Amino acid sequence: MLKKEEKLIFELSVPGRGTNLLPECDVEEAGIAELIPGDFLREEDVDLPEVSEVDVVRHFTRLSQKNYGVDSGFYPLGSCTMKYNPKINEEVSRLAGFMKVHPYQPEETVQGCLELLYKTDRFLSEITGMDRFSLQPAAGAHGEMTGLMIIKAFHQNKGDSKRTKIIVPDSAHGTNPASAAAVGFDVVEVKSDDRGGIDIDALKELMSDEIAGLMLTNPNTLGLFDENIDKIAKIVHDAGGLLYYDGANANAIVGISRPGDMGFDVVHLNLHKTFSTPHGGGGPGSGPVGVKKELVPFLPRPMIEYSNGKYYFDYNHPLSIGRIKSFYGNFLVVVKAYAYILSLGAEGLRKVSEAAVLNANYIKEKLKKYYHLPYDRTCMHEVVFSGQWQKESGVSTLDIAKRLLDYGYHPPTVYFPLIVREALMIEPTETESRETLDEFIAAMIEIANEAKDEPEKLRNAPVTTPVQRLDEAKAARKPVLKYEKGG
Amino acid sequence: MSYIPTTDEQQQKMLAEIGVESIDELFADIPEAVKLKSPLDIPKAMSELELESHMRELAGKNKNTDEYTCFLGAGAYDHYIPAVVTNLLSRPEFYTAYTPYQPEISQGTLQAIFEYQTMICSLTGMDVSNASLYDGATALAEAASMACDSTRRHEVVVIRSVHPENREVLSTYTKFKGMVMKECGIKNGTADLQHLKELMNENTAAVLVQSPNFFGVIENIKEIADIAHGNNSVLVVSCDPISLAILKAPGDLGADIVVGEGQALGNPIAFGGPYLGFMAAKKEFTRRMPGRIVGETVDREGKRGYVLTLQTREQHIRREKATSNICSNQALNALAATIYLSVMGRKGLKIAAELCCRKAHYAYRRLLDTGLFSPVFDNPFFKEFLLVYHGNVEKLNERLLEKKIIGGFPAERYYPELKGGYLVAVTEKRTKEDIDRFVAEVAAAC
Repeated sequence: MLKKEEKLIFELSVPGRGTNLLPECDVEEAGIAELIPGDFLREEDVDLPEVSEVDVVRHFTRLSQKNYGVDSGFYPLGSCTMKYNPKINEEVSRLAGFMKVHPYQPEETVQGCLELLYKTDRFLSEITGMDRFSLQPAAGAHGEMTGLMIIKAFHQNKGDSKRTKIIVPDSAHGTNPASAAAVGFDVVEVKSDDRGGIDIDALKELMSDEIAGLMLTNPNTLGLFDENIDKIAKIVHDAGGLLYYDGANANAIVGISRPGDMGFDVVHLNLHKTFSTPHGGGGPGSGPVGVKKELVPFLPRPMIEYSNGKYYFDYNHPLSIGRIKSFYGNFLVVVKAYAYILSLGAEGLRKVSEAAVLNANYIKEKLKKYYHLPYDRTCMHEVVFSGQWQKESGVSTLDIAKRLLDYGYHPPTVYFPLIVREALMIEPTETESRETLDEFIAAMIEIANEAKDEPEKLRNAPVTTPVQRLDEAKAARKPVLKYEKGG
Repeated sequence: MSYIPTTDEQQQKMLAEIGVESIDELFADIPEAVKLKSPLDIPKAMSELELESHMRELAGKNKNTDEYTCFLGAGAYDHYIPAVVTNLLSRPEFYTAYTPYQPEISQGTLQAIFEYQTMICSLTGMDVSNASLYDGATALAEAASMACDSTRRHEVVVIRSVHPENREVLSTYTKFKGMVMKECGIKNGTADLQHLKELMNENTAAVLVQSPNFFGVIENIKEIADIAHGNNSVLVVSCDPISLAILKAPGDLGADIVVGEGQALGNPIAFGGPYLGFMAAKKEFTRRMPGRIVGETVDREGKRGYVLTLQTREQHIRREKATSNICSNQALNALAATIYLSVMGRKGLKIAAELCCRKAHYAYRRLLDTGLFSPVFDNPFFKEFLLVYHGNVEKLNERLLEKKIIGGFPAERYYPELKGGYLVAVTEKRTKEDIDRFVAEVAAAC
């Protein structure tokens, strides 16, 4: 069934077929042609599918069956924190009091929404050791951009316009340098040392009065905690720069250590990672930004405040960077994260990080005989292997990843971070049982053996999936980006 | 509650196999000085039962559009969401998946995005669409950036009839990117073309216009296109996708990039998000577009399949040289839009658009008949319109609220010159009875 090609919805279309979901017009008003001048009106109908309701339901059900989600199985995609998404959070986000509320309703009619946003700000501030959060950013990269705008505005407000550069480690996520560039900063790369942390001497050399700040993920993308964090913070601060915390890896530290206490001035979190909201096949996410007190005036407008038993919007922030999204952010995503925090409580949150780190170290220990471990030290919530031993049998990390598909797993993140050759980045998260980890470990060992004995199996993988390896070069060379009739 | 399946006993065994005695040892790399010394100040864990009741209570503090009749729009619209959309979206294979990095097990998401891109191109009359952006406001800002990059110019002119929040977002983005944003005035509810001509110069990368605009009025895209193109500037049009079922496609009127807020396509108003921004453009902009794009290809056996493509534009390959920093899009919201457009279909979308338009005109006429309002513009509108109320708008809305009606948007909030401005939106969900009751309550309120 899954192997059968699913036609495009347009190919299912039959002229004259359709649904009838709306009532007849009950007002006596004239037809469109008399309400809007003909010059503005379309001559031909939009070329949308003409399909029945059952066509639509079967089509999208079959498409869903060609997908793989956390609910389908283990998803150890490094840096993405593919943890289980609790069903109760989905259920409560669909309550009419959240889902069917207009963003411009009068404040007194949306007190529940405002309270939820305000309290989430308080929770996230407590979790990260910051003073205030804005929930406006729609995703991690959007949060990065917002945080960097705040850093820029902070320096400019002091009359310091020389600080045009942002330092980003060579192990950073691609969004870090891209976000810095999007905000008009020049990007300076700092290299990693042989333990996987920031090279302190290299950092010292880069510091100057042109540096606006440093972006850092801690634990970094190698899954390693930078032990020199206090030194790094001092070096950056002493030179007048600010520290930006990329919260992509926050699942390792919740309830254990706080970016605010590590010396960070600005933080973004990914609610769709650490706080269990589903990824939706690539969004919607939510990337709230938190800051220390001296940066609060620069947060996006509006802020939500509370006084005299009433929550309200406060637009009066003259130093604010402005608005970075319409309305107040991806509200329903925030609803789920809020529910998640309440369901776990302080102790539960700490246990999340403990179990996540335990699971990652367990995989590391069990697999390090079979896959090269470039940094052999205790890892945090994820572990980065290299496929370089397998490369010797002519098998690439991509082949290993594709073979995992045949074993029924979503592969780890591959070829990232860039500083590890043939990288395989495994993040199990806390919501996986020991049995699941053991089965995955067994599959990885089996694949390591296959790489030696039957490398073809890997090179030909996957064979059990709806489609086999796809020709990406062809897709990019001659882009076909939409369906053309008879095309 | 806890979602951790490993038992304490299992954890102890795992620790032993790793070769450490306690979980704390795993955190030894974190300097003591930055470790938390006391538990987080977060309330005690709730059971699922307690959580459900707490969330219900919180939701209950909000007035919702099931219980209140909504005539409020201004960028978020209470359209009908077919049952099919909600039902199919709740399939976990869709909503618990990540970005489709592994195409062999992500054909569902990828094919749906390909279909989405096709539909957006049909609606807008454009050649190429991306996989969606955060919302209509950021899509407009990204389009402005694209225009600056492609023309190597740094100024954009935005018409003041573009949604005020979209202009605010645009202002933030342009300010930090070193671009200049200029605002063009309005005349009779649409772009003041004379002012627009005066603002154009050799630095103008783009003209940004919204149609139907914030006041619901249809702009004359063709004339604006001529002015933009006469200056070798890019024309960016932001539009309401529902309106495109009856209005000419911006692509046929000279638009180079078309963006918009896609919420109306099967997404709930949800206190402002998550929604989706759509973006489509002429072919020559393909490699300058931000965000994900899905393309068709074949697998090793020659079977048709879909992949993320043109990734050399993107941050994970190009880092600081990427066309934008965007990583996530709004995939699930775009999926809602795709299912919505499929189930409404060619006929259904047109019916929805016609219903909105006719009902809005009915409400417009009936409100004017009360003698309590004056017309403001005489240009054609689609599903939303502006009137000037002779009394106090805020008080009117308070009174309506008592009658379980969410009234229109006080336009004065963003346009101080529009004293008493009252922006009313009417979707296909409003019955004649709803509108008559609204009009009667308005009349009774004075």
